[in-house]
Amino acid sequence: MSDGNDQTTVRDELLAPVVRKVVGVTAAISLVALALFGLWGAPPDAVQGDAQRVMYLHVPSAWLAYLAFFVTAASSALFLWKRTRAEVWDRLAGASAELGVMFTALALVLGSIWGRPVWGFWWAWDARLVSTALLFFLFLGYCALRRVPAADPVGAAKRNAIAALIAFVDVPIVHFSVEWWRTLHQKATVFSPELNPQIHGVMALTLWIGTIAFTLLYVYLLDRRYRLAVLEEGHAERELEHAIAERVGAGRSVVA
Amino acid sequence: MSLVVRLRSVVCLLGRFPALAGADLDVEAGEIVLVAGPNGAGKTTLLRLLAGLLPPYSGAVEVLGVDLAEDRISARRRIALVGHETHCYDDLTARENIQFFARAAGRAADDVDRVLDTVALAEAADVVHRGLSAGQRRRLALAVALVRSPDLLLLDEPHAGLDATGRDVLAGVIRDAPAAGRTVVMVSHELEIARPLATREIRVVGGLIHPVTESVPHS
Amino acid sequence: MSEHPERTANIWREAALVAGKDLRIEARARVAVGQILPFGLIVILLFAFALDPDRGVLARVAPGLFWVAVLLAMLLAVGRAFAIETHHGARDGLRMTGLDGGAIFLGKAAAIAVQLALLEIVLGMGVIVLYGVDVHGIGVVLLTAAAATIGLAATGTLYGVLAAGLRMRETLLPLLLLPVIAPVMLGATRAFEDGLDGVPGDAWPWVGMLGVFAVIYTTIGVMAFGALWEEAA
Repeated sequence: MSDGNDQTTVRDELLAPVVRKVVGVTAAISLVALALFGLWGAPPDAVQGDAQRVMYLHVPSAWLAYLAFFVTAASSALFLWKRTRAEVWDRLAGASAELGVMFTALALVLGSIWGRPVWGFWWAWDARLVSTALLFFLFLGYCALRRVPAADPVGAAKRNAIAALIAFVDVPIVHFSVEWWRTLHQKATVFSPELNPQIHGVMALTLWIGTIAFTLLYVYLLDRRYRLAVLEEGHAERELEHAIAERVGAGRSVVA
Repeated sequence: MSLVVRLRSVVCLLGRFPALAGADLDVEAGEIVLVAGPNGAGKTTLLRLLAGLLPPYSGAVEVLGVDLAEDRISARRRIALVGHETHCYDDLTARENIQFFARAAGRAADDVDRVLDTVALAEAADVVHRGLSAGQRRRLALAVALVRSPDLLLLDEPHAGLDATGRDVLAGVIRDAPAAGRTVVMVSHELEIARPLATREIRVVGGLIHPVTESVPHS
Repeated sequence: MSEHPERTANIWREAALVAGKDLRIEARARVAVGQILPFGLIVILLFAFALDPDRGVLARVAPGLFWVAVLLAMLLAVGRAFAIETHHGARDGLRMTGLDGGAIFLGKAAAIAVQLALLEIVLGMGVIVLYGVDVHGIGVVLLTAAAATIGLAATGTLYGVLAAGLRMRETLLPLLLLPVIAPVMLGATRAFEDGLDGVPGDAWPWVGMLGVFAVIYTTIGVMAFGALWEEAA
């Protein structure tokens, strides 16, 4: 909207440049720390051996997937609520969703890579994996919806926000029903190497480092993606102002 | 006299294109306004804006006392738009289509019969929409609008595709509008036929509205 | 100004009007009966080609196959429900009536639910006959179907309107809708397994879940449909 200019200049960036740089550097450092601990510092698992190290990437990815989805849903809600409506929430929702797709896909692939040596197959109908797979598709659908070119940008943003919330409502239902399904029909030993066993000491520390590293990475990428969205919109808005000016000018010269 | 329509510097977008680029307009109750202008000027956009189907990008839009930037939906019940399409359902008969819109507007059953007579569709009342001729469909579109008893009647090129019966029907409807408390805004290319029916003419060019200064004869 | 009679903005009356319109159109056009139903039956038949009918597999997987067939048919039914609004600018006409968005939602969802119910009855008989299934708990089966159908119709109508104005609606609708109704597939299949060849008593928790899903998505539909309907250009 033409009166949203104040909002736009305040929210050209998600994070102040200083904050972003700090986040970026800290993310890089913690990722290096994760690599060191994950590959070398933490001991190999008693049962699963070195294959268990994939967990240090898989678990943080899965956590980020849910965090990203939550951010998308919360931003969508803030956008829809009249008192807090601002373009920043719509852009944030979109940016977070794209990152969510990435982290969900990563979680699925890593889970599969872990499963191959541990279970013996590339996929198993574990409740967690199935829920994550459905989460992936929910995200994907939302991103596909955002990509559809919209006749009315504000209306499209509202539609996208509603779609995000409708999908988000489904997440607990999916989680619950899938969990219930797999526990009622538990097929004994082949599923017992758990995706999230109890772990202590260095291994727990490594997992924490991983979670922090990934979260920082997410925040950094979120800022960058947000900035990209602002640049795209700015470009489109300049084109629009130009078109309006042209048309008014042409109209006036016809009358004169 | 009260203002039925009040536009100030209205910009209306179709996608990224500013179909209306700063339009101003005042229409008083009981007027019959003829809207002329070249193709692509923004005439249809103007009607859709007045009908509350299109949101304004900027500017002030007030129709029947309602600010359309705030609430487009509540004003619609008192406005009818007869566009290029009939807004009807192929598999329902003429009567059933009218009945649906009548019931939605809270109108009574005999209003349906009365409207069928007004548009001369009483004989074809039980023919499904798919089986109606083009001229009959245009009259049905008019019927569906009239049965709702709108305070503002918007006509988008109503003469296109009308047969002789249709032209008489249309002329009658427009002529009777002020007495029925109805304001009419009509887009037409058939200026010879439309001018005698109108009380005022405006031109839309390049997304802007210009009054036509020479006086327009009343019917 | 002209007279305007008292408009009791009764959401149920308006919903009944919309449902009546949709069902009358269906009765005339016979798309659900003439095209979608045969499609469902063909799908059930083809499943038998994919799974060897001689090894007793069909009876065991019958619940799942039934619901997959219903799901596929539902996609067509939802698409059709919104397709009728695209011809002759019907959507604009409907918008101009000023009918409450929630009422339009309930009306359209109800019409879809009725069509799905009829579909399920025929497909159900088809499955019983073709796959050789026993019905142990008819009450469970019927209640499951009722709850699942309402959930499917509500969610379908909601996503149907979301996809309605979009250029890629035929391909976008399945992608958006199917992940969301996965719990319905899950619950309905499990409940049918118990109700058909298993212990009907085990099914009640699943039926409960289906009921909750139906209530949640019907509520969301009533609240959100109006806004989505407006944005569908």
